[in-house]
Amino acid sequence: MSFSDITSDQVVMILVLLGIVISAVVAVTVRDLLKAAIALAVTSAILTVIMFIMNAFMAAVFELSVCTGLITVVFISAISLTRPKTKEENVKIEKHKLRRFVLLPVILIVVAVSLVLLFSKLNINWAVLTGTSTESFADILWKVRQIDVLGQIIIILAGVFGVIVLFKERDVK
Amino acid sequence: MLLLFLIVPLTGLILLNLLSKKAAQGSAFGFAFLIMISQMVLSLLIGSSMLNKDMDLFGSFFLIKLTANPYSVLMLFTIGLVSAVALVVGKCSNEGDNYKFNNLILIVLMGMNGVVMVNDLFSLYVFLEITAVTSFILIVLYKKRNALEGSFKYLIMSAIATVLMLMAISLIILTVGSLNYSDINLYVAKLGGSLPFPVMAAFVMFVSGLSIKAGLMPFHGWLPDAYMSAPSSVSVLLAGIVTKIVGVYTMLIVFQNVFASDKRFGTILMIFGCFSIVFGAILAIGQKDFKRMLAYSSISQVGYIILGIGIGTPLGILGAVFHFFNHASFKTLLFVNATAVEKQTGTRQLDKLGGLASKMPVTGGTSVVAFLSAAGIPPLAGFWSKLIIIIAAWQALEYSFAIIAIFASVLTLAYFLVLQRRVFFGELGEGFQEVKEVCAGIKVVEIVLASIIVGVGILFPFIFDFIKSLGLL
Repeated sequence: MSFSDITSDQVVMILVLLGIVISAVVAVTVRDLLKAAIALAVTSAILTVIMFIMNAFMAAVFELSVCTGLITVVFISAISLTRPKTKEENVKIEKHKLRRFVLLPVILIVVAVSLVLLFSKLNINWAVLTGTSTESFADILWKVRQIDVLGQIIIILAGVFGVIVLFKERDVK
Repeated sequence: MLLLFLIVPLTGLILLNLLSKKAAQGSAFGFAFLIMISQMVLSLLIGSSMLNKDMDLFGSFFLIKLTANPYSVLMLFTIGLVSAVALVVGKCSNEGDNYKFNNLILIVLMGMNGVVMVNDLFSLYVFLEITAVTSFILIVLYKKRNALEGSFKYLIMSAIATVLMLMAISLIILTVGSLNYSDINLYVAKLGGSLPFPVMAAFVMFVSGLSIKAGLMPFHGWLPDAYMSAPSSVSVLLAGIVTKIVGVYTMLIVFQNVFASDKRFGTILMIFGCFSIVFGAILAIGQKDFKRMLAYSSISQVGYIILGIGIGTPLGILGAVFHFFNHASFKTLLFVNATAVEKQTGTRQLDKLGGLASKMPVTGGTSVVAFLSAAGIPPLAGFWSKLIIIIAAWQALEYSFAIIAIFASVLTLAYFLVLQRRVFFGELGEGFQEVKEVCAGIKVVEIVLASIIVGVGILFPFIFDFIKSLGLL
């Protein structure tokens, strides 16, 4: 395949994928927590774009509203409750900073190569992806996957108790 | 009918939290205990075919399809039993706020019940996550520093397991087109020995994920820390049932329902299992902490269950499930013993303990029953399940695995003899002259579990006839 064969769609896809890798790496490596949270939001915004391109509209809406919006708000409000690091602490972290990420490019390359190998052998059942079923999203969620909705309710309860256990302090004097 | 196992705890939990604070805190223990007992009774009724499990109580309101076979009904019973024991231990050990514990244990109960009854890989994943998330919270319940560290390790390992399982699920839906157990099994059976690479990859990922959750040998790093740092009631729950359901029983479900038609998958599991049996036992011998030794012993005993699953014959699966039940009863009992010893003496260090059998006769006596069952001494329950697994391996012509399993039994005996010698026999440790037997609740629990171990062992011929009549062999 020569370069002239690449369609504009593919160019967009490659750019978007590059963008998501870069923002994900930034989210992991950047020192400032606030910047990391924003980079994470950008990552998930780009993921939304990918989902739109791939026709998964409902998934894209959820990703945009929950992951990009809600979770970022929660992260940023949590970070704003913390105390920024002093200069000495920063110097200490800075020392080990690069050493920590030595393996990152290696892991990225290994994962990328294995995914390419895996998907080149994948005999994809396209009927699943294009959604030939006539049922609407609501039907599938409320009828076919009812048990998962019940699971969701239970996991929210678990989350509530988690917050109570971890963050609710009783004044002990 | 099966939906009751999810609806009852959920409604109970919500109702409990609607009560006034004082009433809720007063009744939480009794309430949760009642739910566990009713789960045990309900599963016994379904198991003895007195209730039809397909009976539809909720009409067309719920479209949830749950399935149960005799094995999963036994699991539901075991879940109820161990959770009830953990509740009593929590009540007696009095380490802190029991109200939150009583609530969280109901959520774990629902998670485990769901794992046992669903028939779809994605729903399985949802309920595994419920159980895992609640376990993280339970470990840090009293916010001790060690517990935060143990829970964090568990969280990270569990996240890796989750990623692996999700990848496997997506690979399966891409190639098979469905996540229903029977659809995947049909697909695998149709292709016979020539499975496409993605399905093989999915199997390896799924099994690696579950091995992390079960704490099998190369992936066991988080397990001893989590068990040790958790509050004692939580360690009883985790070691007795939670990690076994999320890791081991799920492995059985996935193997039996999804991948059973390919023999190679079984061999992978058998190698994993034997590795855990031998190295778990060897590592257990050198431990200096009561609970840490029990944690390594868990790794070793789980190996037997995995070996039974890997053999894949009906007898092998029966042995695996039966050993699962036995492991839940004797390991829970041993953890209750450890809790009793720690509560009364203030230490778990084997060097400091000794001679406690004279001071704590019930704890000492029941721990002997539990360890004899774990080591596979006849006529206790553990003997029969190990025997079944070894016979199944022999019948399946897997002689090397059978021989490893027999010799590893000797190792089990060795580390438990060390444990008994250093905790309950020998000279009384310094400063333990005034040690008294633990509170009544824990004593009752110890006696109940010990009677289950002895009773199941002695009555096994009758139980075996019952199993045959169910058509499982």
